Amino acid sequence: MNDGQTLTGEELSALVTAVAKSRDRAAFARLFAYFAPRLKAFMMRKGADPATAEDLVQETMIAIWNKAPLYVEGRGAVSTWVFTIARNQRIDRLRRENNHHYADIDDYDQPSDEPGGDEVLMDRQAGDRLREALAELPEEQMEVIRLAYIDDLAQSEIASRLRLPLGTVKSRMRLAYGRLRQKLEVLA
Amino acid sequence: MNIKHHPDDATLLAYAAGSLGEAASLVVASHLAWCPGCRTTVRCAERLGGTLIDGMQAEPVSAGVLDRCLSALDDAPAAQTPGTHTVAGDPALPTPLARRLGCPISQVRWKRVAPGIQLHDLHLSPGARGRLSLMRVATGRGVPEHGHSGSEITLVLSGSYTDRFGRFQPGDIADLDLDVEHDLRVDSAQPCICLVAAESPIRFKGIIARLMQPFTGI
Repeated sequence: MNDGQTLTGEELSALVTAVAKSRDRAAFARLFAYFAPRLKAFMMRKGADPATAEDLVQETMIAIWNKAPLYVEGRGAVSTWVFTIARNQRIDRLRRENNHHYADIDDYDQPSDEPGGDEVLMDRQAGDRLREALAELPEEQMEVIRLAYIDDLAQSEIASRLRLPLGTVKSRMRLAYGRLRQKLEVLA
Repeated sequence: MNIKHHPDDATLLAYAAGSLGEAASLVVASHLAWCPGCRTTVRCAERLGGTLIDGMQAEPVSAGVLDRCLSALDDAPAAQTPGTHTVAGDPALPTPLARRLGCPISQVRWKRVAPGIQLHDLHLSPGARGRLSLMRVATGRGVPEHGHSGSEITLVLSGSYTDRFGRFQPGDIADLDLDVEHDLRVDSAQPCICLVAAESPIRFKGIIARLMQPFTGI
């Protein structure tokens, strides 16, 4: 398998559309080839052993197949949508015993959230701009972002890991978000 | 709904990242159900997650996983559409809370913790840190000056209160940092009902003890 292959945002979007509209298994296999190795790495960074990580990859990929018709192209990149599915699968597994599902904002979206209401999020180039913005982020801000998103640490855990006051961690997260948001708004 | 007080961007970012605790996540999710502006912030922050997924160093996946996925796929068109879930519970509550509570707020079993102050704890998953509670404070009743030794996040569900940060009405969030002191007073005709998540149960017990102190002399 061509692990870690690269596909553009448009290609990914076309594959999800093929899965949604014609239940296209070949398209699904290509999505799998792109996302499964990345998702496995992502789950392992969050502390899953390889077998559990593969279970979560499998659950996430099957959820992608099932939810493909709900993917709204204009709202954001496929990778963002996959990130939210993977995040929710993982949290739901952690909370499974109580059936306390992660309340995804897609569950209670309002009509005003449909593409058209939110120009900030619509531009196709946004993904590239966001990557650039991330690359330009000062390392101390990138570090807290990585620890929160990839290593799954709570703000208080980031503070003790980096031996920083909690307020400093929060202000670095705020600053990082502000820069990224600015980049996305430039596009609108 | 005229929401004036929102969660800290850092809190919304942690929510989008999936690294906010279960208790605080439910408070944030409930606010999001009522606040389109903060939903936009969370969507921006989720984009960041997508970009990080794109940049992950690929970890080879065992050969059988794709086959297992393919054999589990259902060829029938997925009929599910968003917004068609029937929501159990109180329609006056934000959806995530209504779902978790499972009953109207009028049927909540309150426990009196101090004169004019009642509490109802919500169940969290095993291993979840912190405490998630509904708090009902009677009209004219104040919660005396108290600090927070852990982060605490509060969503007003009905009624209102005022403290040195302003007036908090339904939909408003008080996202308080460590060591913030405030002295709040309920100023609505009806009792003020809030959803409160506190990071550490021990610390929260501390707050309850301090709340009760002027009344019970603990």
